[in-house]
Amino acid sequence: MPDQPRRAFPAISQVNHHFWCGGKDGSLHILRCGDCGHWIHPYAARCPACRSANVAPHPVSGRATVAGFTVNHQQWQPDFAVPYVVAIVELEEQSDVRLMTNMPRTPIEDVEVGMPVKVYFEQHGEIFCPLFEAA
Amino acid sequence: MTHYAEKNTAITGIGQSQIERKPTVLPFELAVRACEQAIADAGLRPEDIDGAACWPPVPAGAVTGVGAAGIADITNSLGLKLNWWSGADPAAQLSPIMEAVAAIAAGYATHVLCWRALGERSAPSYTKSGGGGWVPSGGMEWMVPYQAPSAAIWIACHASTHMTRYGITREHLGAIAINQRRNAGLNPKAIYRDPITMDDYLSARLVTTPFTLLDCDIPCNGTTAVIVSRLDAARDLKQAPIVLEAMGARSHNKMGSWLGRTDYPHQAMHDAAAAMWTRTDLTTKHVDSAHIYDGFSWLVLSWLEALGFCAEGESGAYVEGGSRIALEGELPMNTNGGQLSEGRMHGLGHLHEAMLQLRGLAGERQLKKELNVSLVANGGGDVAGALLLRRDG
Repeated sequence: MPDQPRRAFPAISQVNHHFWCGGKDGSLHILRCGDCGHWIHPYAARCPACRSANVAPHPVSGRATVAGFTVNHQQWQPDFAVPYVVAIVELEEQSDVRLMTNMPRTPIEDVEVGMPVKVYFEQHGEIFCPLFEAA
Repeated sequence: MTHYAEKNTAITGIGQSQIERKPTVLPFELAVRACEQAIADAGLRPEDIDGAACWPPVPAGAVTGVGAAGIADITNSLGLKLNWWSGADPAAQLSPIMEAVAAIAAGYATHVLCWRALGERSAPSYTKSGGGGWVPSGGMEWMVPYQAPSAAIWIACHASTHMTRYGITREHLGAIAINQRRNAGLNPKAIYRDPITMDDYLSARLVTTPFTLLDCDIPCNGTTAVIVSRLDAARDLKQAPIVLEAMGARSHNKMGSWLGRTDYPHQAMHDAAAAMWTRTDLTTKHVDSAHIYDGFSWLVLSWLEALGFCAEGESGAYVEGGSRIALEGELPMNTNGGQLSEGRMHGLGHLHEAMLQLRGLAGERQLKKELNVSLVANGGGDVAGALLLRRDG
C-alpha cells in the first residue's frame, strides 16, 4: 500500500467494526433499524426513532453530497501533505447520517458545497477507511 | 411561575491570574492565585467555601496542559472543606456554574468555587509531540482519522456550509476580529493589543479555509475563578451580588455528535440559547453587553443567530463594519478582546469580563452606558451553555 497517508484510527470494537472494517466487501455499512428503516450513526442499541432493538449494519449506496468542507493549510504533522480537503458529506439514504472525510482523488479547486460524491476505501490493515470522490 | 433556581444564586467573587503566552509561572500556581483572589474578592475565607466545580474534569496531579488544576489539588492547596464537588459537563465551559446552581438549590453548598485553569503553553502541542499513539474515541473517532486533529477544521466545515448558504464573507468574520483587537488595545492583560486592519485580516496566514490565524483564539496559560453563592448569603458579603437571571444548556439533538444534528450546521449553542430564553422574561433587547465564545470567529455569528439577536443567516449583516458590536455600539461584544486577542481563557474569561463591566471596573474599556444585564455564551460543537447576569435589585 504505497503512499498511504498516516491516519490515527480508533480502537476497533463490536460497535464500530461495521463502519471501519466493513468496506472489505466494497460497501459502506451503517446501522439500520430493521423495523422502521431509520439509519443510525454512530452506534445506538435501540432505534432512536421507534425504540426497536432490531438494529444491525446494512450496506448503503455510497452516494452522498458535500454539506461543508475546508481546505486545510496548517501543517499539523510533518508528514501530512498540505493543503488537503476535509469535508462533511451527507449520505443519500438519510441526510443526518453525516461523515467527515477526505477527498484526495478530487482536485481541491473542484470541491464545492452541494457536489455529489461517492465512497471508496483506503486499506490500512483490517481497516477500510471510507473516503469520497466526485461522483 | 416555575421556580428557576439560578435566580436564587449570584456571582459574588471573581479572580483571574496573569495571562501568559510565554510561561513564567507554573500553571497550577496561576490557578491557586486566581482561586485565592476570587475568595478574597467575595469577602470570604477559604473555610467558607463548601463546594467546588471545575470543567473539564481534571485528574489530581495535573499542573499543566488543557486542564491545569483538578478539584483535589485546589482543595488541598487552599485547605478547603467541601460538602460537594463536580467535574461534570452539562454546559461546556459554563458547566461549573450550572453545577453550582444545582448544588446550592439542593442544599449541598452555599459558596461554590468554580474555575477554568489553562496551561496549554507549558505542555507539548499535538504538532510538536509528533502526534503518535493518538487513538481517538468518542466523537473524535469520526473526525480525527481524516487528518482533522483540530476543532479549527471541524468548525470550518460548519462555517463553510453556513457562509455558502447565506452569502456570508470573510470580511464579516474580519469585522469580529478587528473589533476585538480594538477592544484588546484597552485591556492591559490582553496578549495581542496592536490594532489590525481589514487588509491585515485578509492577508493573515491561512490555517484552514475560511479561517486564518486571526480567526483562531490564542493558546495561553492562566486561570479564571468565580464564586457562585446562594443569594441570601450573597447579600451579606462585601460586593454587590450579580444575580444569575437565567442559565440554559440542553441536548435535544444527537448528543455528543459534531456531525449528526438534524439541523446541521447548527450546533449545541442553538439548544443552549433556546433553553436559556425559556427561563427568563428578559429578551435580547435587555442585553447591555455580550460576551460570546470566540474560539473561532465564526462561532460568534452562529451564537448571534442562535440567541436571536438576528434572524438565521443574517449574522454577517449584523456585524458588518463592526459598529454595532463596538464599545459604543448597540451590542458591545467581547469588550476585553475575547479569546481572539486577550487569550484563550476558555469561556470563564468571558464571564469575568461580564462581571467587570457590570461592576463598573473594566478600566479604559468600561462601557459608558449604564449596564444592568450581560450575556455570557460559551461553547460550540457538541456542548454549549448560556447565561444572563443582572445587577441585584
